[in-house]
Amino acid sequence: MTSVLTPLLWYRRLLGLALMLLLTCVFATSTLAADPEAEIKQAIGGASQETWQDIGSTDDYIDTRADSSYNLINASGETWRQIRNTWVSPGGAIAIVGVLAILIVFYLVVGTKTLDEPRTGRLILRWTALERALHWTLATLFILLALTGLNLLFGKFVFRPLFGDGFWAPMIAGTKFVHNYLGPLFGIVLITMLAKWLTINLPKKHDLTWFKQGGGIVGKAHPPAGFANGGEKGWYWLLASVGLVVVVTGLVMDFPIFGQSRDTMQWMNVIHAVGSLGLMAVALGHIYIGTLGMEGAFDAMKSGYVDETWAKQHHSLWYEEVMNKADTAPQEKAVDDATAKAHRPN
Amino acid sequence: MTKMKFVCDAERCIECNGCVTACKNANETDWGIQRRRLVTIDDGQPTEVSISVACMHCDDAPCMAVCPTDCFYKTDDGIVLHDKDLCIGCGYCLYACPFGAPQFPKQSAFGERGKMDKCTYCAGGPADTKEEEYEKYGANRIAEGKLPLCAEMCATKALMAGPTDALTDIFRERMEKRGQSLAAWEPMQDDQSRETAATLNLDRMAYDASRQA
Repeated sequence: MTSVLTPLLWYRRLLGLALMLLLTCVFATSTLAADPEAEIKQAIGGASQETWQDIGSTDDYIDTRADSSYNLINASGETWRQIRNTWVSPGGAIAIVGVLAILIVFYLVVGTKTLDEPRTGRLILRWTALERALHWTLATLFILLALTGLNLLFGKFVFRPLFGDGFWAPMIAGTKFVHNYLGPLFGIVLITMLAKWLTINLPKKHDLTWFKQGGGIVGKAHPPAGFANGGEKGWYWLLASVGLVVVVTGLVMDFPIFGQSRDTMQWMNVIHAVGSLGLMAVALGHIYIGTLGMEGAFDAMKSGYVDETWAKQHHSLWYEEVMNKADTAPQEKAVDDATAKAHRPN
Repeated sequence: MTKMKFVCDAERCIECNGCVTACKNANETDWGIQRRRLVTIDDGQPTEVSISVACMHCDDAPCMAVCPTDCFYKTDDGIVLHDKDLCIGCGYCLYACPFGAPQFPKQSAFGERGKMDKCTYCAGGPADTKEEEYEKYGANRIAEGKLPLCAEMCATKALMAGPTDALTDIFRERMEKRGQSLAAWEPMQDDQSRETAATLNLDRMAYDASRQA
C-alpha cells in the first residue's frame, strides 16, 4: 500500500520551507548590508602590476578555448606589423625599383658589353641539357614565386582598386595557392642545382682580382675567370645562403602543422620577406647581365654553346685549360663536348 | 558617430563561460571555432582574475593593416568586419592580433586553413541574403537593434558592450561605489577627441578593476 500524504501534511511542509526561506533572506540581507568600506578592506586584491607587465609572456594562465596556447595579449603582433608595414614593404619596393632604375640608367649609359674580337664561329659546350633544364626550371619557379610574393605584399594597393573584388578575390586566392604549392618545389630544384654546381663555384684567389676590377663590366679590362667568374660565384653563394634561408623560413610558414607559435611565424615572415626581396633585386642584375647586358651570354643558357671568342674574353682560365686538353679540334666546334664538359677549372 | 566597444569588468567576472556559450549559440560557429574565450590569470591563487576576451574591434586594428587581400573593413560603429569571399586563409591576421581573435577551421600542410572566422560584434558580414550572412558570419543582432549576445547574457554584467561613452559612465559609477581609485581617470586632453578620451579611460578603468581591492 502506498503512503498518501494528507493535505494537512503538505501544508505543514510548505510552511516549514517558507519559514526557512524567510530566515535565509533575513540573514543574507544582514550580511549584504555590511559597511562597504570594511568590505573593501577585507577583499582580496586582484592581479598585481607585475603580473600585468608580464602578461604578454607569462605562462601562468589558463584559456578556455580548445587547443589554445594563446595568452591574454600577443604583444609581439604589433611589433611584427610595424616591422613588416613600416620597414620591410617600403624597403623591398625601394630595393627592387631602385635596382631596376640603376639597370636602366646603366644600359643607357654603358650599353651592351660586346665582344672585343669577331666570333670565330667555333663553339664550346658550356651548359649541358640537364643543367639548362635545371636553370630554366628554377628560373621559372623563381619568377612565379617572386610575382606571387610581390602580389601578397603589394597587390592590394594596385589590383583591388584597379579591377574590383570580382577579379581580386580569385587572383589573390590563386596567388596564395601558387606560392604555397610551388614554394617547396623551388626548394627541391634549388638544392639539386646547388649540388650540381658546387664544384665549379668553389672560390679561388683570382676571384678577388675579378671583384677588384669590378668584373670588367665597365671599360676594357677582362679580369681572369675560370668556368664561373666571380659574379657567378657570388650569385651561387648568395643562393646557397640567403636562398636556402628563404626556402627554410617559407617551409616553416607553409606547414603550420607542427605547433609553430605566432612569434615564430612573425620572425619567419620577416626573414622570408627581407631575404626574398633582396634576392629579387639581385636577380634583376643577373637577368640583365644574362640578356641585354652582355653579348653572347643568353646563347650559353639557350643552346648550351658559347663562341670561342666569348669564352676567351669572359672565362680566360677555363678557355685556356679546355683548349690545352682538346685533341685536334673539329671544324664546327672549338673543343669536343666531352672535353669541355670534363674541364671546368674554378 | 560613437564607437561600439567591449569591456570586461574583472572584478565581476566569475569565469562562468556564459559569454562563450552564448556566442557559440548565437552564431552557430563551426566545430572547434570559439569566438570568445576566457583567460584566467593566477589561477587558484588569491590574486586570481578572469577576463572574457574576443575581437576587441581595435581603433587601429593590426589585422586590417597586415591582411594581404585587404578583406577587413570598419563599420561606422567602429566594428571590425571581414569579407570571407576575399579571405585566403594566410594567417597573417592571427599573427598580428593582440587578442588571438582570428581562428581558422583547419590548419593543414601548404598553409591550407580555410576562411578566417572571428567575432563580428554580432554584426554579421557582407552577403547577398540574410541566410547567406548567417551561414558565413553568424547573427546580425546589430541590424535588429540588439547588442552582442555574449554581453546581453552575462549574468554578472561583467562583460559589457555598447557605445564607449555609455560604458565609461557605467564603469565609472561602479568604481566609485566600490570605493576603487579613479586615479587613472583623466580629463579629456585638448588634442583628443571625446571618443579617444573615453576609450582610454575605459581601458584604464578595466585595468584598475582587475588589480585592486
